[in-house]
Amino acid sequence: MHDAHAEHAHAPHLRHHFETVEQQREASSFGMWLFLLTEIMFFGGLFTAYLIYRNWYYPAFVVGSHQLSIFLGTFNTAVLICSSFTMAMGVHASELRKRKELVGWLVATLVLGSVFLGVKAIEYHEKWEKHHVPGLNFSVQEFTHPSDKYKEEPPLPMDMAQKTQVYFSLYFAMTGMHALHMIIGVSILLVLIAKAWAGHYTTGHMTTIENFGLYWHFVDIVWIFLFPLLYLISRHQ
Amino acid sequence: MSTATIVKLPPQETASLPKRSYLNNEYGLKSWLLTGDHKRIAILYLISITFFFFIGGAMAGLIRLELLTPQSDLMAMDTYNKVFTMHGIIMVFLFLVPSVPATIGNFLIPIMVGAKDLAFPKINLLSWYLYIFAGCFTLAALILGGVDTGWTFTTPLSTHYLNTHVITAGLGIFIAGFSSIFTGLNFIVTIHRMRAPGMTWFRLPLFCWSNYAASILMVLGTPVLAITLVLVVLERAIGIGVFDPAKGGDPLLFQHLFWFYSHPAVYIMILPGMGVISEVISTFSRKRVFGYTAVAFSSVAIAVFGFFVWAHHMFIMGVSNYSALVFSLLTMLVAVPSAIKIFNWAATLYKGSITFETPMLYAFGFMGLFTIGGLTGVFLGSLGMDIHLTETYFIVAHFHFVMVGGMLMAFLSGIHFWWPKMTGRMYPEGLSKLAALTTFIGFNLTFFPQFIVGYLGMPRRYASYPPEFQVMNVLSTAGATVLGVGYLLPMLYLTWSLKYGKIAGSNPWQATGLEWQIQSPPLTENFVETPIVDHEAYDYEWLAHQTEHEVQTVG
Amino acid sequence: MSEHKVNEVLDTEPTHHSEHIVSPKVYGVIFAALLVGTAITVAASYANFGIFNPIVALGIACTKAVLVILFFMHVKYSSRLTKLTVAAGFFTFIVLITMSMTDYISRAWGLW
Repeated sequence: MHDAHAEHAHAPHLRHHFETVEQQREASSFGMWLFLLTEIMFFGGLFTAYLIYRNWYYPAFVVGSHQLSIFLGTFNTAVLICSSFTMAMGVHASELRKRKELVGWLVATLVLGSVFLGVKAIEYHEKWEKHHVPGLNFSVQEFTHPSDKYKEEPPLPMDMAQKTQVYFSLYFAMTGMHALHMIIGVSILLVLIAKAWAGHYTTGHMTTIENFGLYWHFVDIVWIFLFPLLYLISRHQ
Repeated sequence: MSTATIVKLPPQETASLPKRSYLNNEYGLKSWLLTGDHKRIAILYLISITFFFFIGGAMAGLIRLELLTPQSDLMAMDTYNKVFTMHGIIMVFLFLVPSVPATIGNFLIPIMVGAKDLAFPKINLLSWYLYIFAGCFTLAALILGGVDTGWTFTTPLSTHYLNTHVITAGLGIFIAGFSSIFTGLNFIVTIHRMRAPGMTWFRLPLFCWSNYAASILMVLGTPVLAITLVLVVLERAIGIGVFDPAKGGDPLLFQHLFWFYSHPAVYIMILPGMGVISEVISTFSRKRVFGYTAVAFSSVAIAVFGFFVWAHHMFIMGVSNYSALVFSLLTMLVAVPSAIKIFNWAATLYKGSITFETPMLYAFGFMGLFTIGGLTGVFLGSLGMDIHLTETYFIVAHFHFVMVGGMLMAFLSGIHFWWPKMTGRMYPEGLSKLAALTTFIGFNLTFFPQFIVGYLGMPRRYASYPPEFQVMNVLSTAGATVLGVGYLLPMLYLTWSLKYGKIAGSNPWQATGLEWQIQSPPLTENFVETPIVDHEAYDYEWLAHQTEHEVQTVG
Repeated sequence: MSEHKVNEVLDTEPTHHSEHIVSPKVYGVIFAALLVGTAITVAASYANFGIFNPIVALGIACTKAVLVILFFMHVKYSSRLTKLTVAAGFFTFIVLITMSMTDYISRAWGLW
């Protein structure tokens, strides 16, 4: 059991309303988990909508899903999983008080996160070019009269073709909300890298890195579900 | 009414406020606007929610004025829609949801568990700023021309058929939601991790249990409201089609997501009030709360069951009969834990030494009015009755009985009960009893006739109504005027008491609980040294023992 | 000393969190497992399991999520409170989905 009195007297990061560093750390971590619960429920609403509309408009969802690049989607999934690994290693470095290692792992996470966002931007741009952005420039042309690239796709009757807009609405809402969380994460990472370089997280106070790690892993988990649900609908057809 | 009272104040000739307290340890606007002290944040919240209560109340006044006559003659029907929408939005999101938790809860929970502050003081302050931000958005929506969707934002009306400021109002509520989430998050962590030595879960005051349960609802339910509002805003702004039948969307999906939060929201609103009632009834019967464990667990049960019943707001909206049956059955079950509380409070009163100070008067009002409101809720939960009664004034009366007759009375009870602790001064008892009585009479006169007209078929949210309902409506408006006086009085005498009220001392009610063992108003750090708890909650024998042996706290 | 004692009483739910540092080897294994899972899920989507395609996909996704939660997010080594909190979150999410489904299943399942 560590010397609580010494910690209280000397730990600069101990806030006055906590008795010990351990209490502060546990409270912080618990608070972060509660925040993640709110995120589960936040995305949960979108997953509910997805479940219902996929059941109602399955052909439209299949055709819509085939419009997404499975290569880019798989690549992005791998990128995010790598970034989760680097983030976990970063937490580990912080626990072992290794400053340069921590910064290295955080930078790696940042780079991987940015790559993810870059690929997402490319995908969104492609959707815009193909007139698949709901509400703004949506056209069902591709679905009623498939172009050569998609000649294996059966042309949809008009009413089902129009339902592809629901699919793309959910695609943009879900991946957009996910990307927003990634952007927030990347921004926070920039601040954390600067502070990690200055040595803030390798002197025994690793709670911030741990909590950010929790956030980052959560965003990864959301993508782990988004990928098969959006990109992999009935690829055997 | 007996003139006996348990109030024991220090001798007024020599009494004075403590030299050092959270109110005077730092001066200046910055020390308030950048504070981390949970007590100061509570006061900031108190002032803000009172401000919004006034605006919401003004809206209510306009509604009642319009409804004096059967025709829509005071304002256009569209304007009337805007008025009741604003009334609903402000009262629900900017008053009722934060009322007890953000004011009394923020002030007392750290003290009640024996801590120096909440777990995350900065997040607490952020939560207040988010609330103010949300209030600004809502006021902006009001000033720019209003919203007329009703507080429930039902699609496709809100997404397609109106050209009012839905997005502004929606964003305002989105932000208010996060204010609420952060408060709840703070409470949960504090209660779990910052209890003083010896303060086990089952020694906590029941106020903490109730706020804990409400906080779980805040954390788990509010995000669903957030995403729903985001989808409504997107639908309105760029027409994505998730709720638009023309594009294949389902308007009922909006309602499922909206009510998934908004039903637990009503428990978020009432549970902290129930916590107040537990404390007040115990203190003014000089008896421990009967069935502590049952009351504690019933709070959590209400929170858990509250998540299973939301579609009872949708019985006539097109949900399937089978799911309506399931939700109806669960609605009957969710009434049980609430009833358990009422029975336990009644049992607490039995053979207690009851006195009738103002907080207790409000508590009695709560017990009667909440029971009526709750029972009418059970009527509404049964499918056959709901088809007849829904969207009528019966519903309006039902929720005002639980929210105003219940929650608002509990809030006033709590404010009066802890006023001496928060300010160091007593409010004038005679005037406060008058206000309580006025409120009670005004309330019943306002809302009881609404049960009658609702049952007879008067629809809600209409500016005009069939002339045969006019008598009841006139009674209701008259009651509203009396009610308004009843609410104005405390604003006046409580403010007056800040300068001229009697000095209260640390424990004017001779109540149990850690907050009554410290000075009034408390120090910034709450406790001089960490308290060690070795007695159960509501232990009046321990209190008697303490008073015999304690030294009088000096100013 | 008294403060030391205070902490012991405060530790009503000892976590051992600070004492347990997960080794990079474990992270490496999980990392590999996640990548393998991704490959399998892509491959499985090209096979025709009929009605089981989405079930397989979700099953793999759930497994991956559980691995991230238990190991990358340290829940396996965390207190009972943390585990309960995670469970509460997923439970509420499941309630949202299943109880909404009671409505859609009994009136509008794939009928559009």
